[in-house]
Amino acid sequence: MANENETKMEETLEGTTLFNVPFPKRLDVQTLAFLKQMSPIIVKYPYQINYLHSYGQDSPFFAGLANKVFLGCRDAETGYTYANPRGHDMVTGQETEWVRLPDEGHVHAFTVCHFGSEAFLPQCPFVLILVEFEGANTLFLSRLMGVDPNQASLDWIGMKVKARYLRNSKFQPTDVYFVPAESA
Amino acid sequence: MRPVYAVSGGVSKFAKARPDKTFQAVIKEAYDYAIADLGLEFRPFTELVDGSVASYFSDHFARQLMAGIMAQDYLGLCPKPSHRVEGGGATGGICFQEAWKAVASGYMDICVAYGFETMSHVETWKGNEFIALASDVSFDYPVGGFYSGYYAMMVTRHMKEFGTTVEQLAHVSVKNYTHALYNPYAQKSQRISIQDVRNAPMVAWPLTRLDICVMSDGAAATILASEEGIKKLEQAGAQVTRPLVKVSGIGRGTDAMRMADRPHQSYDDFMRYNALPHEVNSDETRAYYKRLWDKGFRYPGVHSFRAGRMAGKEACKMAQVNDPLKELDFIELHDAYTSSEIQTYEDMGLCRYGEGGPFAASGKAFMPDVEYGLNLPEKPICPVNPSGGLIACGHPVGATGLMQAVFAIWQLQGTIEKHFKSPMLQVKNARRGAIHSHAGTGTYVTVSILEREG
Repeated sequence: MANENETKMEETLEGTTLFNVPFPKRLDVQTLAFLKQMSPIIVKYPYQINYLHSYGQDSPFFAGLANKVFLGCRDAETGYTYANPRGHDMVTGQETEWVRLPDEGHVHAFTVCHFGSEAFLPQCPFVLILVEFEGANTLFLSRLMGVDPNQASLDWIGMKVKARYLRNSKFQPTDVYFVPAESA
Repeated sequence: MRPVYAVSGGVSKFAKARPDKTFQAVIKEAYDYAIADLGLEFRPFTELVDGSVASYFSDHFARQLMAGIMAQDYLGLCPKPSHRVEGGGATGGICFQEAWKAVASGYMDICVAYGFETMSHVETWKGNEFIALASDVSFDYPVGGFYSGYYAMMVTRHMKEFGTTVEQLAHVSVKNYTHALYNPYAQKSQRISIQDVRNAPMVAWPLTRLDICVMSDGAAATILASEEGIKKLEQAGAQVTRPLVKVSGIGRGTDAMRMADRPHQSYDDFMRYNALPHEVNSDETRAYYKRLWDKGFRYPGVHSFRAGRMAGKEACKMAQVNDPLKELDFIELHDAYTSSEIQTYEDMGLCRYGEGGPFAASGKAFMPDVEYGLNLPEKPICPVNPSGGLIACGHPVGATGLMQAVFAIWQLQGTIEKHFKSPMLQVKNARRGAIHSHAGTGTYVTVSILEREG
């Protein structure tokens, strides 16, 4: 039998629109003082915005993904290579140059998200990974497809993975995702 | 710079939601408590206080810009100087340090640091979305922005690299929830077992719901003063608790916003820039780290917080603390996740990098007289999160770092029983403690060290 305290109907924000609430018909010292005992009024309102977000100097990265090319950034002086777009190097302060990164890498760390931010709830459970690449000094955050999210295992760390690209680009970092290399 | 004393503090009740009051009125609960604990009335304190610093993280939760000035105005502090600080989860810790700077520099004799967050105005999963906007919105957020997911990736790497276990993580949850049984300010207190933590719903593998702090509404305030400021307060009738609690060290560190961009430093660079004095001075520890690097360990990677290490190192240097485990009597640290408490043990130098898991289960970070239902092999040395931490007290972001400061002040004043109505969480003869406030995936971290004079 279900635990009595755990049995709850799901709470939602749908409800009746209310246009008035009880209030004393006559205001005097007593009724004005009684207002301190009232419960708070809670209202709901929507909030939606369209942003015009520029990727600025990082834009070629997204153009690359749209053309199935994975780009990183390299400092010309030291050769330090970022697996994420970065316009200027952290150490030399110099402008970086674009370099092509390999389509294959290894899982450095992962998780399976069984819950998430509201925008991603419909996609749960999904697998997040940090990918390490030969020739790159930093990592890349991405999704791993093609594994069973209910069979999470530390053995996934070190797994060889291969990039796949969306056919219809959305100009998001998720235009590239990874799958186990043997299934690619 | 001149000495700065933390003379009083107050915390509102942290709760899942506080619809009974607006955020300004919740802040006033904490503010009024801090004033009353000095034995002063509202008006004489208002006459004396020189200004304030306001702390809140997200403009999204309240959908209110310039909320700081609304609090300033509600507290009757206009037209005195004030500013708002923001640094993610470390906002409260930064606020405390900015108030310290105002007093240490001589700009103010008495400064109040207040902070709040009202996270209940949106549903939990929308709240998670707002928090995830504190990751790079071009490269991190769109991939599945979720802070529990980011931290869970750190955990899997920590587990792989060092053999850390989920049961070791769960020790932190059992400890902190047990402490909260004796802290009336805590949002959630419960007696749980290691198995309860593991059986809780999985959120981001391997972190379950009991490995993760909850969202909260709440506020906290602390009053900092110079020696001159204390004289002014006492001349106005305040009973400033003796011995005084001095802020003896502050430190702050930073790291790259994108966790993926964290550098992988060499052994030599680590020893040169990041190692703590007691690590550098130990042949055995230097050899331990050399072996780690030889096996492929890189620092900070995604398993360690370089910002936390640098914040702790700076604060310890200023407070002349050489071995934090032996020289700090307690730490209130930012346990947004059980795993981040373990990572922070290492950053703070309570144990070496890689040893956080066994340290968590050792008993060294537990309270001596509290029954946890655990078999702990070692005696407590430096209790961590005697208040219950974020996991049990809640995490109303802008208030959290200040809540830690208030609990630390009470520990060092020896007044925990007065405020908690129970002596159970009083660290006996506490002389020196640290508070640690942490943002993002380890982007801003502050450590402040407080100590009892005399």
